[in-house]
Amino acid sequence: MAGRTVEAAYGQRVLLVNMAMGEQRISYTLDSTLETVDSAEEKATQFATDLGFSEEEILQISMAVREAAVNAVLHGNAYDPAKKVILALESTGDGMVISIRDEGKGLDPACIPDPLAPENLLKTSGRGIFLMRSFMDEVQIHPSQTGTEFKLIKHAHGSTGGGKEASQ
Amino acid sequence: MSMKTSLRQVDGVTIMDCSGRITLGEGSVILRDQVRELLTKGQKKILLNLGDVNYIDSSGIGELVSAYTTAKNQGGELKLLNLTKKVHDLLQITKLYTVFDVKDDETAAIKAFK
Repeated sequence: MAGRTVEAAYGQRVLLVNMAMGEQRISYTLDSTLETVDSAEEKATQFATDLGFSEEEILQISMAVREAAVNAVLHGNAYDPAKKVILALESTGDGMVISIRDEGKGLDPACIPDPLAPENLLKTSGRGIFLMRSFMDEVQIHPSQTGTEFKLIKHAHGSTGGGKEASQ
Repeated sequence: MSMKTSLRQVDGVTIMDCSGRITLGEGSVILRDQVRELLTKGQKKILLNLGDVNYIDSSGIGELVSAYTTAKNQGGELKLLNLTKKVHDLLQITKLYTVFDVKDDETAAIKAFK
């Protein structure tokens, strides 16, 4: 895949890939820190804004990305400075795909408890993946022995905003 | 904008006016520390005014749940006041809206404490 690497602020490695007209992909290699969570949220928010998503959709995307980033930094990489978080933002022509990958042990999706079950309602954690699924059109979880990748997909909706309209 | 809080006392109820974001890290820690400090001081009627809280993530929701259960376990009461639409919707989809005692009028909320 054709692309070029540039050094961005804070030493993050950014890969810009040239794709078909109206499509673009940017990836960042980020440290396993709380700052990464804020940074991922900000980058995704800006990307979604540039694509023309509505204010409500942008908020949903930003919250879902934040939850995925928290998952990667906390549960995946466990703040290990040797492990990185890879964030990729991609416009697809009919929306946006966000990929967040950690270098942890790999999450078992079968072990994710239902946060809406009565016995879990008063638990203080365990709602992140549920919120991602609530806010995005599709959430794919790809665990492996070398980490977990969350793929968050948001389609453009109607005439009030969205990547499709922005890419025309 | 990070989270900020200020405290008021009205008729034996401690009102914590919160603003900003309750998210993983500073926002959640501030909320946790403030509520625990109030309970330690014996101020067990706590009204969290979230009218200026524009963003809560899952960690922030967890912190609200923790504050609620900690207060209850220590014989106290914690109620929520003035939810923004975003926070209201978040508590609805997580089915927590009916768990918390949510009020939209401060005077009525204060009277509702036992």
